[in-house]
Amino acid sequence: MAETRYTKDHEYIRIEGDTGTIGITDYAQGQLGDVVFVELPSVGKAVAKGGEAAVVESVKAASEVYAPVSGEVVAVNSELEAAPGAVNEDPAGKGWFVKLKLTNPAELEGLLSEAEYQDYVKTL
Amino acid sequence: MLNRQGRPTQAASSVDHGRETFTGNRALQQIEPLIFEIGHHETTGVDIAKPAPFKNRLGTHARKDGIGLPGLSEPETMRHYVRLSQKNYGIDTGLFPLGSCTMKHNARLNEKMARLPGFSDVHPLQPVSTVPGALELMLELARYLMTLTGMPAVALSPKAGAHGEACGMMAIKAAIAAKGEGETRKVVLVPESAHGTNPATAALIGFEVRSVPARPDGTVAVEDVKALLGPDIAAIMLTNPNTCGIFEPQIVEIAAALHAAGAYFYCDGANFNAIVGKAKPGDLGVDAMHINLHKTFSTPHGGGGPGAGPVVLSSRLAPYAPVPFIHVEGGAARLVEHASDAPAGNDPFGRMTAFHGQMGMYVRALAYMLSHGADGMKQASEDAVLSANYIRAGLSDLMSLPFPDHPSMHEALFDDEWLKGTGVTTLDFAKAMIDEGYHPMTVYFPLVVHGAMLIEPTESESKASLDLFIATLRDLAMAAKGNDKARFTAAPHHAPIRRLDETRAARQPILKWVKPEPIAAAAE
Amino acid sequence: MRYLPLTDTDREDMLARIGVPDIDALFSDVPVGKLLKAPLDLPRAKGELEVERIMGRMAARNVAASAAPFFVGAGAYKHHVPATVDHLIQRSEFLTSYTPYQPEIAQGTLQYLFEFQTQIAALTGMEVANASMYDGSTATGEAVLMAHRVTRRRKAVLSGGLHPHYTDVVKTLSGMASDEVVALAPDVAANEDILAQIDDQTSCVVVQSPDVFGNLRDLKPIADKAHAHGALLIAVFTEVVSLGAVTSPGAMDADIVVGEGQSIGNALNFGGPYVGLFAAKSKYLRQMPGRLCGETVDADGHRGFVLTLSTREQHIRRDKATSNICTNSGLCVLAFTIHMTLLGEAGLSRLAELNHANAVKLADMLAGVKGVKLLNDSFFNEFTLKLSKPAAEVVEALAEKGVLGGVPVSRLLPGAGLDDLLIVANTEINTDEDRAAFVAALAEVL
Repeated sequence: MAETRYTKDHEYIRIEGDTGTIGITDYAQGQLGDVVFVELPSVGKAVAKGGEAAVVESVKAASEVYAPVSGEVVAVNSELEAAPGAVNEDPAGKGWFVKLKLTNPAELEGLLSEAEYQDYVKTL
Repeated sequence: MLNRQGRPTQAASSVDHGRETFTGNRALQQIEPLIFEIGHHETTGVDIAKPAPFKNRLGTHARKDGIGLPGLSEPETMRHYVRLSQKNYGIDTGLFPLGSCTMKHNARLNEKMARLPGFSDVHPLQPVSTVPGALELMLELARYLMTLTGMPAVALSPKAGAHGEACGMMAIKAAIAAKGEGETRKVVLVPESAHGTNPATAALIGFEVRSVPARPDGTVAVEDVKALLGPDIAAIMLTNPNTCGIFEPQIVEIAAALHAAGAYFYCDGANFNAIVGKAKPGDLGVDAMHINLHKTFSTPHGGGGPGAGPVVLSSRLAPYAPVPFIHVEGGAARLVEHASDAPAGNDPFGRMTAFHGQMGMYVRALAYMLSHGADGMKQASEDAVLSANYIRAGLSDLMSLPFPDHPSMHEALFDDEWLKGTGVTTLDFAKAMIDEGYHPMTVYFPLVVHGAMLIEPTESESKASLDLFIATLRDLAMAAKGNDKARFTAAPHHAPIRRLDETRAARQPILKWVKPEPIAAAAE
Repeated sequence: MRYLPLTDTDREDMLARIGVPDIDALFSDVPVGKLLKAPLDLPRAKGELEVERIMGRMAARNVAASAAPFFVGAGAYKHHVPATVDHLIQRSEFLTSYTPYQPEIAQGTLQYLFEFQTQIAALTGMEVANASMYDGSTATGEAVLMAHRVTRRRKAVLSGGLHPHYTDVVKTLSGMASDEVVALAPDVAANEDILAQIDDQTSCVVVQSPDVFGNLRDLKPIADKAHAHGALLIAVFTEVVSLGAVTSPGAMDADIVVGEGQSIGNALNFGGPYVGLFAAKSKYLRQMPGRLCGETVDADGHRGFVLTLSTREQHIRRDKATSNICTNSGLCVLAFTIHMTLLGEAGLSRLAELNHANAVKLADMLAGVKGVKLLNDSFFNEFTLKLSKPAAEVVEALAEKGVLGGVPVSRLLPGAGLDDLLIVANTEINTDEDRAAFVAALAEVL
C-alpha cells in the first residue's frame, strides 16, 4: 500500500516498500511555470536527507529538488529529457524524478501527511 | 528553495489584428527573412582584389570544405539591417525606464570622439612611444573616476560590470592571501536583494556565498551583518544605492563592522549614477567598487554591450591591482604590462584581459564627463533622483510601494500587491506598456519583492515626458483594476511581433539556422 | 546643460508635487556628514566644441595605424571595415537598445544574434555558438571553466603557442579558483610535446592555431589523445579571418572553440571593445556560458526569436550559474555579423587569400634582409622573425622611421630569452609600397 509524504519545499515522496518515488507537487509545478528541463542524478548516487536530488528548470527559474529522506538513487525518469512538460501535466504520475532506496526510513516521520501539506499550502 | 518567480512563458491565444496583407508586411513593419534565406554563397558586398598567383604556405592546413556562409550585396545588406533595426526599441525611440540598467541619453559627440583615428585606429601593442595620447586619456579618466568616488586607485581594464566585480573580488582575495588568511576567509556575504552577478562572481573565484536577509524596509541592517561576521568572512558584496533603489542608511556602520572583523567591503556600483557628486564611496568605507561606464557615464548599451567596468580600489587593495596599469613617476607615465615590471610595493594579482580594457568606452565616458563637468554630473544625479521620486509620487496612490518608509534614489520600486485579484500580472502590465509606446520597466527584479516593477526614468526625460508616462501608467493601472483584462493578458497587440513562446524555445532549442530538408525528403 | 531637459521651474514644481522642501531631502538616507556640499574638484561643464578640442588634441598625440606602414598583430589586426558597417551600427535602434529581455520590441537584436550564432557555428565547424563574450582572452578563460564543469576535473594544459596574455588570463582565473594549470614553455617552432602532458586528470588542452607565433597547427592528434583520456580540446584563434582559408577547428574534432572576432567589423580601439567568439559541441550546451538566442513562434504562429536557456545564467542561477557574465559585446557582434554578411563565403575566402598572399610576399621579402630569419614553416597572415638585434630596439627604431613593424616577443614574454624575435602581421591593408618601406627600414636598422 503506497503512502505519500510531503516537505515544506514542495517535494513529495511516495513510499512502496523500501523504495520512495520523488517528485514535486502540483502546487510547486504551478508556481514554477512551464518546466523546460530537469537535471537528474546518476543511478547509484547516494543522497542525504535535504541534499540536492535534482534540479528543475522553467524558463525563468531554476529550483533544486531536495531529497526528503536519505537513500540511494535506484532509478531516474529519463522520459523527462524529451518531455519535461510531464512535470506540469502529471506531477504525481509521469512527472516523477527519481526513485530512492531508503537508507533511513525513520526519517519519514518528520514529513508532512497529505492533509498537513494541503493545510500548509493554504497558508501560502 | 522553491523559486516563486515562475510565470506564463507560453504565448496566449490570438486576437484579430485586422486585415491581412499579401506580403505579411504592415507598412513600415517589414517581415525580414534570415540572411541564410536571402543570401547566396557566391554573392558578396565587398570587392576585394584577387592576388596574383602565389605558392601558399598553409602546409596541410588549407580548408578543403565549404563554410556555408551566405553573402549579400551592399544594398541588400543595408536594407536587411535597417529593417531589423525597425523592430527594436531604443532610448532614442522613447522613455526606457529599465530599473538598474540606467538607460540615459547617449550623446553622439561621444561616438564621434571614439571614432577619432587617434583612439579607434591604434593597436594595443604598437610601440608605447607612439600612443602617449592614449595613456593621457586613460590617466584623465582615472583621475575623474578617483575624484568622483574619493578612492585612491582604479583598475581600468575590466570589460564590463561583472568583470569588474571579479576584478575587485580577486583583489580582495589577493589581499587576504597576503595576510595569510587565504585558508580561513572563504565566505562572502551577499544580500538576498543582490544582482545575480554578485553571488555568481563570488562563486566563480572560489568563495562560498552566504545570504544576508533583507529587512522589511528593503535595507540591510548592521546587526544582521554583525551576526554573520567572523574569522571565515572575506567580504560583503553590497549594492549602494541598493537594488530596491534605497541608499543603505547604515552603510558606514556596516563598513566599520566589516573592517573591525578583518573583512572587506565590495560595493556593487551599478547604481552609482544616483550619487555622483552627492556622496563619495570612499567616504563610506568602500574597499572596491566597479563602475559601469555604460550606465553611469552613458556609453551606449548597444543591445547588450560592450560595457566597461573599471574598479576603484582602497589603499588596502590598490597594491594588488591587475596588469596592465599606468604608473606615473616624476610626471612621466609608464605602461606596466607585467608583474615583473611593477613598481616597488605593487603585487598585481594577474591579468583580467588580453589588452588594456575598453578604450572605446573610456573615450565615450570621458567625453560625457568633460561635457557635464562637476556641476553637470551633480545635477544629473539630482535630476535622476528627482524624476524617480516624481514618478513614485504620481503613482503611489494606485500602485503599491513595498518600501514606503525610504525615499527612492534614482529608481522607484513597486510590487504587485495592488494587482491582486485583477487577473493581471506584472508581466501583463509590462507588455501593455509596450502597446502604449514605452519600453517596460525592469520586472521580477529584485527577487525580494513579489512581482517587482523597478522604474528608472534617468535624468534624460523632460517634465512633459514624465507627466505623460505617469498619466499612461495611471490609465493602465485603472484599467487593470477595472477588469479590462484583455488589454493586458494578450498584450502587446501593436508590437512587430506578439508574445513569444519561450517554453518552446527552451524545450526544443533551435540556436542556429539549419537548411530545410527538400520537401520530397521531408515527406518521407 | 544640453543633456538635461528639466528646468529650474520644473524642478521646483516636481519637488512640490513630491512634497519635499529641497532635493537634499530625497538624500536623507545618506549618513550625516557624508552628503557632499561643495562641488568636486573637477572642471565645470563644457560645450561640444571645447570637448572636441580637448579630445582631438589627445588623439592627435597617437600614431594611427592608417597613418603609417602598419604590421602589428599578435591578437588584434588592422583590417578594412566597409563604411556600411559603421553606419548601420550607429542606427539609434541598435546603438541605444538594451539586452533583448522584451523580445516583442527587440526582434532586430534577436534576429542578428541568431544569424551571428549561425555564422560562428559555420565558421568554426561547431554545432552551437553563443551570442558572444568580452573578447578572445576572457572567452578562453571561460572555456577552461566550462571544461572543468563538463569533465569534473580541474587541470588545464595550455600550449606554449597560446597568446601569452591569454595564458595569463587563464592562470589568473584558475588561480583564484585553485584550479591547476600546466602552461607549456613558449613554443616558437610549434614542436612541443603536448600529447605527453595529457593524462587522466586532464580536463582540457588549450591550443591556438594560428598560434601566437603564426604557426598553423594540426589539432586532430591532440583531440584524439585528449578524448582517449576523457579530456576536452579547446581550440583558440586570435585571427578569425584565418578561418576563411584554413581547416576549421570543428573539422579537427575540437570540443570547444573560442576566439577573438575583432578582425571582422571592429576597429583596433587600443585593445577594446572586442568580441569574444564561443562555440561548442551541442552535447555541452547546458554548460556553456553567456547568452543564447533561440528560434520560437509568437502567439500568431509567426517565427520570432528570444533569449533562451537562461537558467544557466547569473540572473537566475546566481552562485550556481555557468558564468558571472551579464553584459557581452552586443554592438561588436552587430559589426561582426554585418561585415560577415557583406563578405559572404566568397568575400571571406577572397579576403583570407589576399591576407595570406600579402603575408607570403612580405615574408619572402623580409627573409632576404641581412640579419633576418623566418622561423615559420606554415603561417596564415602572421609570422615570426629572428633578428640579429633585440626586437624591441628594432621596433622603436622602425617607429622613428615611420614604420610600425610588428610586436617584439619580449613585449609579451619579458625575460623568456626570446628578445630577438619579432611577430609580424600583414593583412589586406598593406600595399606593395608599405612592404617596400618596411623592408628598406629594417635593412637600415639592422
